[in-house]
Amino acid sequence: MNETVLRVTSNKKIALNTYLMKLDGDCSAVTVPGQFVNISLSGFYLRRPISVCDYTSDSVTLIYKVVGGGTALMSELQPGAKLNVLTGLGNGYDDTLSGGRPLLVGGGAGVPPLYSLAKKLTAQGKKVMIILGFNTADEVFGEEEFRETGAEVFLTTVDGSAGTKGFVTDVMKELDYTYFYTCGPMPMLRAVDGIAVTDGQFSFEERMGCGFGACMGCSCKTKYGYKRICRDGPVLKREEIVW
Amino acid sequence: MVTSVELCGIKIDNPVIPASGTFGYGYEFAEFYDINKLGTFSFKGTTREPRFGNETPRIAECASGMLNAVGLQNPGVESVINNELPKLKNVFSKPVMANVSGFSIEDYVYTCARLDGQEQVGWIEVNISCPNVHGAGMSFGTDAESAAQVTRAVKEVTDKPVIIKLSPKVTNIARIASACEDAGADGISLINTLLGMKIDLKTRRPLLANKTGGLSGPAVKPVALRMVYQVFEAVSIPIVGMGGIASAEDVIEFMLAGATAVEVGAQNLIDPYACPRIIDDLPQIMQKYGIDDLSEIIGGAH
Repeated sequence: MNETVLRVTSNKKIALNTYLMKLDGDCSAVTVPGQFVNISLSGFYLRRPISVCDYTSDSVTLIYKVVGGGTALMSELQPGAKLNVLTGLGNGYDDTLSGGRPLLVGGGAGVPPLYSLAKKLTAQGKKVMIILGFNTADEVFGEEEFRETGAEVFLTTVDGSAGTKGFVTDVMKELDYTYFYTCGPMPMLRAVDGIAVTDGQFSFEERMGCGFGACMGCSCKTKYGYKRICRDGPVLKREEIVW
Repeated sequence: MVTSVELCGIKIDNPVIPASGTFGYGYEFAEFYDINKLGTFSFKGTTREPRFGNETPRIAECASGMLNAVGLQNPGVESVINNELPKLKNVFSKPVMANVSGFSIEDYVYTCARLDGQEQVGWIEVNISCPNVHGAGMSFGTDAESAAQVTRAVKEVTDKPVIIKLSPKVTNIARIASACEDAGADGISLINTLLGMKIDLKTRRPLLANKTGGLSGPAVKPVALRMVYQVFEAVSIPIVGMGGIASAEDVIEFMLAGATAVEVGAQNLIDPYACPRIIDDLPQIMQKYGIDDLSEIIGGAH
């Protein structure tokens, strides 16, 4: 973990209620796909935990959905704005277990952290497949960017207004994969667990107090004891999860 | 510039103490800074048996503060002795404040007796805000006689200074504090959180799984300060003040109200470096207000 001040370099709407923000500064603490940052916002007591979409040692890209007052304020920030940020939080995805044909499954606001993972896995020469799930065409983002990583992209929408009509699991059950990585809303994660035929990793979301393991606000029960989503997670392995 | 104070017979380098529940068992914060810089810290509320606590969501935000309903998650006193304290020993060379919770007098007695034998423990801070399972769920801390009973029982099993941590959910805080002092308490700490609620407009239900949660942060500071002031007039034992402290100025304000030392809680969660910052700021803020020795301002507002 590192506490640092990052500068907004761009912040634009990319889909319904969905924004892409780029920040510059010391991001050296972000080292693994699937980690998150925790952002202090003026007028809000608690920080806002946002997953990292992409990173370098001196920049991060965040894609976030406006769900309340804090993220609404974020969406109004202009380039040049400075934010106090805790960086490099959480464990992130373990890419060493992927096998040759890893499947990534993202739903809505759960799609972004899979981007840097897709880049990392394709760079290792893995045949990466990704299923992007959204409710409707207005919400879709990232299709082209994931394709550019070299991954094979499958788009689904619940209402059929873009890609295949249905849920991510409708596509997933037809694919042949060696391992999977997923992030998305809880019902989607449960559904993925219900049909997965390999081991895999799930990234969870929970309301957090601190984001770095101090307050026990985001604890969950696992087969290996109590874990904190913020510090021992947000990524848990399939074998340890108690649904 | 003297920042050291004496808390129940033990000298601490400065009066800044991370509050229980916001600092774990300390060693994790040692990754962020040298925690020997602290006066001491109060470790996570520890019970006789391990506890998972409440279901999530356990945390909600509110204006100038937060609600928590963690529910005393902790590994239990045996694990604290066998696992947490040895890990702490590698990174903290000062006496630690052991925070203890219980749901019966027997619980408190058992846990305090186990911690009494631990060399690393300097003080035992007894949280009496928990519901008494033998008292229809009423908290020990809301009744002067129950508070005194816990104090007496705990004092019998430990030679370490016992600090009773009071709940603010009472009509007359001074009366509870006096009852604890009469029962042998070596110090009083206050305030624990106030009880609050947040309702999610989308689901039309309380946001916290536990429905209610403890309010902390700057929102509670005026209430905490008033209670420290009242307790100072009622007792002659040292007071550890807490509630919304976020700056060196806040530390001085609580000491003027009557606190010998202070605990910093919620601020640690939004700023992991809050305590070292406050400690670093103290000398210049003391200078600004013409204070040479912090001990001399305790109760100065009376």
